[in-house]
Amino acid sequence: MSEFFAMGGYAWYVWMSYGAVAVALAAEIAHVRSRRRRALEELRLSAAPLLSASVAQARSAR
Amino acid sequence: MLINWYRFSSPVSFYPLAGSWSYLFGILAALLAGAGLFVALVAAPTDATQGDAYRIIYIHVPAAWMAMFIYLVMAGWSAFALGFNTRLSAMMAQALAPTGAMMAALALWTGAFWGRPTWGAYWAWDARMTSTLILLFLYLGIIALRHAIEDPRRADRACALLALVGAVNVPIIYFSVQWWNTLHQGSSISLTVAPKMALTMLLGILVMTAAAWCYTIAVTLARVQSIIVERERGAEWLDSLIHLEAAR
Repeated sequence: MSEFFAMGGYAWYVWMSYGAVAVALAAEIAHVRSRRRRALEELRLSAAPLLSASVAQARSAR
Repeated sequence: MLINWYRFSSPVSFYPLAGSWSYLFGILAALLAGAGLFVALVAAPTDATQGDAYRIIYIHVPAAWMAMFIYLVMAGWSAFALGFNTRLSAMMAQALAPTGAMMAALALWTGAFWGRPTWGAYWAWDARMTSTLILLFLYLGIIALRHAIEDPRRADRACALLALVGAVNVPIIYFSVQWWNTLHQGSSISLTVAPKMALTMLLGILVMTAAAWCYTIAVTLARVQSIIVERERGAEWLDSLIHLEAAR
């Protein structure tokens, strides 16, 4: 196992490369998710009056 | 063809489609990356001359290819946006830029960590490396230009124009190893000549490249969903989207 991580003496180069890719992908995925959440949240807030109006309408129809 | 492609050119019908495709390609990317990493780090034998340092190419080559391909796809969407004045094409171009910038940065980074043990230098002002650095700056410039212009439709046109002008850099990167006597080696994989590497290594690179493609598609479609919501706010169909999302 330690032999695997040693990468034949090239551990620094190999793991700095693979590590950077892992960090970059994780960061991008997290960023895309939080942006999506934020966009939908803002949409919900901006449409809140409309939403409550439609809820009121549905209630009065009952 | 029975598929009505025009249907997908409007954000309304594209939004739910982008969601399910993003999910599908995300799963595919994870599966391919798992298999590719196994080949790259475990199954593939140690290189006779480069030792285990060569294992960096399994991420370096896909990242460098993607940096170039994403640029071409982005320029293609930009041409569409300029020519047909379609919102969604410009949104697709906008969604591709950050991932393209990341791929270019990773290509340079992994290239540096491969170059040090192999050529003896992290960086050199070599034609291919310099033109890839310019590619990264083009991506960053397009993203910055987008943020500098308030009106999104004007930003679309400006970014599309910059993307199209910058596209001239992609063939320069690709052919740089032939046009100039560079430090960077020539290509190891070609469609016309038998590959200059073992089959396992070639397979590893191809699987990792497929994973990078799927990842890019997944993350771009997820990002374009956010862009649609951010830019189409106030549109009636988005209000029904809230009902859908709230129902989940």
